[in-house]
This record gives sequence, C-alpha cells and structure tokens, in this order.
Amino acid sequence: MSLLRSPLMSTRRSIVLLVTAIAFTTPALAEDITGAGSTFVYPILSKWSTSYHAKSGNEINYQSIGSGGGIAQIKAATVTFGASDMPMKPEDLKAAGLGQFPVVIGGVVPVVNLEGVRPGQMKFTGPILADIYLGKITRWNDPALKAINPGVPLPNQQIAVVHRSDGSGTTFNWVDYLSKVSSEWKAKVGEGTSVNWPAGVGGKGNEGVAAYVNQIKGSIGYVELAYATQNKMSYAAVRNKDGMFVEPTVASFQAAAAHADWTREPDFYEVITDAPGKDAWPIAASTFVIMYRQPKDPVRASAALTFFKWALEQGQADAQSLDYIPLPGSLTKQIEAYWAKNFAVK
Amino acid sequence: MYHPTVERYRAPAVAVTTDSRERNDQRNDRLFRLAVLGCALFVLVALLGAASSMLWGAREAFSTFGWHFVVSTDWDAVQRKFGALVPIYGTLATAAIAMMIAVPVSFGIAVFLTEIAPVWARGPVSTAVELLAGIPSIIYGMWGLFVFVPFMAAHVDPWLDTHAGALPLVGPLFRGPPIGLGMLTAGIVLGIMVIPFIASVMREVFTTVPIQLKESAYAVGNTTWEVVWDVVLPYTRSAVVGGVFLGLGRALGETMAVTFVLGNAHLLTASLLQPGNSIAATIANEFTEADSSVYLSSLIALGFLLFVVTFVVLAIARLMLRRLARQGGVAA
Repeated sequence: MSLLRSPLMSTRRSIVLLVTAIAFTTPALAEDITGAGSTFVYPILSKWSTSYHAKSGNEINYQSIGSGGGIAQIKAATVTFGASDMPMKPEDLKAAGLGQFPVVIGGVVPVVNLEGVRPGQMKFTGPILADIYLGKITRWNDPALKAINPGVPLPNQQIAVVHRSDGSGTTFNWVDYLSKVSSEWKAKVGEGTSVNWPAGVGGKGNEGVAAYVNQIKGSIGYVELAYATQNKMSYAAVRNKDGMFVEPTVASFQAAAAHADWTREPDFYEVITDAPGKDAWPIAASTFVIMYRQPKDPVRASAALTFFKWALEQGQADAQSLDYIPLPGSLTKQIEAYWAKNFAVK
Repeated sequence: MYHPTVERYRAPAVAVTTDSRERNDQRNDRLFRLAVLGCALFVLVALLGAASSMLWGAREAFSTFGWHFVVSTDWDAVQRKFGALVPIYGTLATAAIAMMIAVPVSFGIAVFLTEIAPVWARGPVSTAVELLAGIPSIIYGMWGLFVFVPFMAAHVDPWLDTHAGALPLVGPLFRGPPIGLGMLTAGIVLGIMVIPFIASVMREVFTTVPIQLKESAYAVGNTTWEVVWDVVLPYTRSAVVGGVFLGLGRALGETMAVTFVLGNAHLLTASLLQPGNSIAATIANEFTEADSSVYLSSLIALGFLLFVVTFVVLAIARLMLRRLARQGGVAA
C-alpha cells in the first residue's frame, strides 16, 4: 500500500517527533502557574495572563477543558488551580482539602437567529425558554411568544433548539435557571453540567453553539455574552424574578451580583441565577477558582494567589472590556479574608 | 583488507560439508520466525489489552445496567441512566452512508487511474488522492460545519424533505426540518474522508493485475467495463475488500469530523436529516465532564462497544467475502 509508505506520512511523523522534542526541552519556570477548567472564564484568564506576564514575568498556563475536567484535574493535583462554573459543595471541598472563591461574574444569554430581528429585540420569559427547550413550544409564532413580543416579525417557522453537546458550566447555569423557573423542567430534566436534552442539536463548546445558531435559520441557543458579542449574534431580553424585561448589560449583571448573598453559605457556595432585583439579569453566573488549602507546591500556589489578588484588584478593567462583570468591592474583601483564613500560603 | 572474523568464519564453511550450513540456516530461520511471531503477538496483546482494560473500566456500567445498556436509548447524566442504542445506531448508520458513497467513488477513481487516464496524469492524480488522506479530520469537520452544512440546509435537505419524504417505505428516512446537521451530512463527510484510503488501496492492487490477462480480455473484444468487472476485480478481490475494511474501520471510529456535523443529540429517529450521535462523538464530547463514576464507566463501556461493533462488522464482512470466494470458485 503506497499510502503507508508515502513521503507525507514520514514527514508527518518527523514533525510529531520534532514537536515532542521541543515540548520536552522547554524549561519550566518555578512560577509557571497552571490551571484548567471552565471554558466560560477562558477569554478573561488569557487576557489577564498576557497583562500579568508583561507586569510580573509570571505565566499562567490555562487549559479550557471544561468545568468538570477542571475539578478532576485539581483533585488529581496536576494543576495549581481548577476553575469551575459550578461551585463545589462545601462538604465536597472539605473532604478533598480544597477551597474555592469566585473570580469573575458573567452571564449566559439566549441568542436567536431570526431574519429581521435585531439584538435585544426578542423577549423571553424563563418559563417560555423552558418550554422551548422542553420541545413544548415548537414554532416561532407560538401565541405565548407573540404575546410578549408585539411588533417583532415572528415567522411561522420551526424553532431549532441548540444546546451544548459537551458537559459545561455554561449549561449548568442555563439549566439551573430553567429548573428554578419551571417545575416541569426540574422534574423532567433537572440540572447538571450535561443533561438529557428533550430537544435540539448539540454544539461543542460556546463556539460550537454560536456556529450552529449562526448557520441554522430559526434557531435559538445559549452562549456566554462575550461569544454573542464577538459573533454579532442576536441576543434576547429575559424577564427577571421581579417581572422586568432586562437586556444582558454590565449594569444588569452587576445588579444580579450585588443582590446575591455570598455569606449565606460557606465557601461562596452560591449560584446567582434567577437573582432578585429590578435590574438583575436572571442568568448571571460566576466562575469559581478551586485550590488546595494545603498545597503540595506552595511556591506555585502562592504565585497563583498573588496573580488572583492582582486580577481581583487591578484586572477588573480587563474583565469589563470582555463583558465580564467586576466583582463588587465588598466581595473582593471577603475573598481576601477567606484566603487569609483558609489557605496555608499567602 | 584483512578481517580476521570473516576469515575465520569462511574457512571452515568452505571446508566442511553443507550440514553445518544447513544448521546455520535453520537457526537463522528459527530466529526470523520468532521475530515475526513476536510482531504478530504484539498486535494480539495490544488488542486484548485494549479490550480487557476497557471491559474493566466498563464493569460498573455493565453491572448497573446489564444487557439493558445495549438496548436502551436513555442517556441522562442527571438521573445517571445510560444506554448505548442511540450512539450504536448513529455509528452504524453514518458508516453505512459513508461506505455507500465511498466504495463506488473510490472504485471509479481507481479504475480511471489504472485503465483510462493518460499515463502522464496518473502520478499527479494518485499523489493528490494520497494527500487527501493526510488532511486532519478536524479540517473536514470545519469544512463540513461552515461550508457543507449550510449547503445541505439550503439545498439538499428541503429537496429531500419535499420529494423523497413523501415516498412510501423510504419516506421516513428523509423527513425533517432543514437544519443541515444530521446523519446524512455526517455520512457524506465521512464518505469523502475515507475515499482516499479506499481509492489508493484499490489503485495499488489494480496495478498488480498481469497485463497479459487484461490484454487477452481486450483481444477477445471485451469492453473496459467488462475487463474491470470480470478480470481485474476477481483477481484483486481480497485486497479490494481489505481496502474497504480499512475505510470502514476509519468511518466507524471517526470522531472530530462527525462531532461537528452530526448534531450530537441523543435521539433515536428514523430520519437521516435529524441529528443523532455516534459512539466516538459521544466519548469525545462528554469524557471531560463526566462527573459521576457510573457516567465515566458508561463512556468507557461505549468505547468497548465500539470495539465489539467494529469486530462484528468486520467479521460479517469476512464471512461474506468467504462465501463470495466459494461462489467464484464454483463458477470458475
């Protein structure tokens, strides 16, 4: 078979060898901070990493493998920190000797692909979103949608539901919200990083969902706000707990974060979807960083904490430029107090 | 140049009888046999090792769900209920579509390159076919998602839905909303991906057919088609089937490209226009986020089932080949 001895294969093999050789000869710096987890937080972590590298020379090597993967990696102690969109339960943290704190707040936004519909023009309520994802509302000109969207050109078209195919914290926040607003969703589907979707197609990652929604006419999906903005997608307004239709903006996310009660549970165990408050975006989410309380590699853990301190105090402008929400100042204080109390390194 | 070792070796060999030379040959032959036996054993050990470690990893899923795992359409990470029927069906359906496309097209490519194309064109075109085989599957996936899926959604799916969807019997295969993603799209992309593998094997073996056989057939007035069908194909049958197996194996296990265009939905539908899931795509999508041990175990069990499915499909194909060979023998 000429295929197996073609020059191409041997070239490919030598490239693989070369790359492997390079990978193994790169010297590892003592302060190389490694992290893994949430894809939701990846854009801001890479931006922080660049700014922080210019300032301190320390590099943050972050692998956006998904929240569950991040938790698995930190449990296996292969990384300095894990990042997850789903907070770990305080008892699970305790059992594994871990601590967690929020680093950024962002949000999940529904996006639609409907001809003639501008970003922010379409309105949803939580129960309607749940019914669409349950496969109960199947056409765009459904009376329930028409009633809250006067003046929007809703076509007689089938709704193509797009969800995440991979397990993800973004999904967790989305279905956590749907569970809070729809008892049927809670009973039939429930919440988790991946669920048994009653309807629709699955895209891999935020980018996969964004690509599907951009391509399929009459589709609805949910992505992180940054992906919606970057892909110029048509996001929608959602009615919050106080009955107001809000658009996903910095102000509405901030309102959601401000109304959340971070001291109610230990270890910041709080999912801030369906937050109260007139201006609060109902599907706000926070990403948590998880680290060992007694790290095996104190030098790196301490470098990581220094990085997060810098990020919380000075990196918030970067966060805002990517549509993440700065943590309220009071929360930053609480986090720093939490570090002092719970982590063996400074 | 004086070389003591060689000299010492040669002198007795010439002097003594051929007995010692035969002994040497026998010893060398034994060593050679052992070496190639080792190579063959390596494959068996790797195969058994992979299968048994997957079976070990899957023990929780199999002990929890039993046979139900293979026939159930459940896939619910929240309730922790898992079944493999949807991914198994998706894997088989997409591979079947892929082979329906890839085998005839590859055959055409190989016949053209060995029988019809002018000699100067054969080299460049076969190199191009082999280059196609070197394209990473993610590229096919991206092309599928950004170019092919919109094309299917705009042109092929609606046409199939209105024309083929109304037919009796096969109608349900082609009904569905025109989203472009789905088993048909995945099957076609897979087909394009495996064409170079099958085509280059076929081309290679077609060139081994003795020219006398072909020319005799032409001399008694056969057409090119008759020569290919009655002389070239029977002569190379087992190698051609081997090439088809190679493509089929790749189609069954392909991950990235399928993930992009299959739709990744755990739904069991007759329609090829609806999204589905395949074993490899499910594992790739969900492995990192598998948050319970039974979930992880179910994914490993899927890997084991892919192993079994591939084995069964190849075994059936071999049986068919044997039957074909027997019929061929009777006819001759």
